[in-house]
Amino acid sequence: MSYELNFSALLEYQDILVAGLWMTVKLTVITTLLGILLGILGAAARRHRNPLLQYGAKAYVELIRNTPFIVQLFFIFFGLPAIGIKLNEIEAGMLALTINLGAYLTEIIRAGIDGTPKGQVEAARTLGLSNRQIFTRIILPPAFQRVYSSIVSQCIIVMLGSAVLSQISVQELTFAANFIQSRNFLSIESYLVAALLYLMLAFLMRFIFNRMGAWAFSRKEKHV
Amino acid sequence: MNTFSDWDILRNLLLATRWTILLSLIAFSGGAIVGLLLTFMRISRRPVWVWFTKIYIELFQGTPLLMQLFIAFFGLALLGIDVSAWTAAALALTLFASSFLSDIWRGCIESLPKGQWEASRCLGLNYFQTMRYIILPQALRTAIPPTVGFSVQIVKGTALASIIGFVELTKAGTMLNNATFEPFKVFAMVAMIYFLLCYPLSRASQYLEEKLNVTRQHQ
Repeated sequence: MSYELNFSALLEYQDILVAGLWMTVKLTVITTLLGILLGILGAAARRHRNPLLQYGAKAYVELIRNTPFIVQLFFIFFGLPAIGIKLNEIEAGMLALTINLGAYLTEIIRAGIDGTPKGQVEAARTLGLSNRQIFTRIILPPAFQRVYSSIVSQCIIVMLGSAVLSQISVQELTFAANFIQSRNFLSIESYLVAALLYLMLAFLMRFIFNRMGAWAFSRKEKHV
Repeated sequence: MNTFSDWDILRNLLLATRWTILLSLIAFSGGAIVGLLLTFMRISRRPVWVWFTKIYIELFQGTPLLMQLFIAFFGLALLGIDVSAWTAAALALTLFASSFLSDIWRGCIESLPKGQWEASRCLGLNYFQTMRYIILPQALRTAIPPTVGFSVQIVKGTALASIIGFVELTKAGTMLNNATFEPFKVFAMVAMIYFLLCYPLSRASQYLEEKLNVTRQHQ
């Protein structure tokens, strides 16, 4: 049996695809920013004196890294309302993505922090910097730079993972592809186009991150 | 309607876990075979093969696994092959795993000093002898921890097979939730079972990394 691919029939649904793509972009931008913030806080907690914070952060990282994203999402979307926390699908999706990204970034940034020479912290302490100042000015910036490429990769992985949000009917790119193929039965065409758009998003993200990285890290070096 | 006790829920979830484990094993072995092939193509220095593997890896790492599952599920049907959710899931996960595994293994082989190759050449070993006796034994050492680490991603990846109708742990959880209306309990149990599957693998990966004393690699 031979099958002719029919991409032109998708043109009448381009508005839906664009709307889905736009939703994926918005979700990605917001959760990337929140996730990085959470990752930094998590990494700070991992090296905090308070053992409760330390082990709490460790448990959080292990729990998230060793369970599938879709189960985390279902737990948040279906499970939390049972104990009185009601979220709409977009809030639940964003929360799940942020928590997921935050756990991986906690671990990545922690690995970056491990590479900090002890002498730098000691020198900063001698100079009278507070613990917070030492973390935000001495430890974090070079640690962030050290693991920047891993951070970028993880953010892209989470962007791709946002496809799963279609399962709680967040109207993002995969949802759009599902919708279109349910209308015109051109399943393979819809999914190929969506896959191509994801591929382009991944490239674009890497490009933007690399540009930002080059700008931020070269600027910092000039000041030094 | 039947009523489900906690034990009924757990028992049904554990029964479904068998399929999660089986699918993971299939995807891992399939991914290892295809991945090994890709690794050799990638280090062959033949431009066509190298480019093929580069594009292959880019495609599978740059698109969502869910899309790959959909395309495998609907694409094979178009080719006139009658696909079950089993076939589609096993195929998509195999290809997905192979792209990541070959990427990991290539890194391990390329991280060996070039002198190893040159010394082997000087000793008169041919390509296969060099591979068999010099390169692979050393690369294997560095490859084991990240490979075990990646198996966690495979187990978690099988959860997406639930979306194309494959009844494994996650799908069983969804079905039990529909029957019991106790999402908090059901999905907490599902998460716990996944955790019990994945955590030992994560720990094993960390332990092997320390034991084989290789530089820390991000999985």
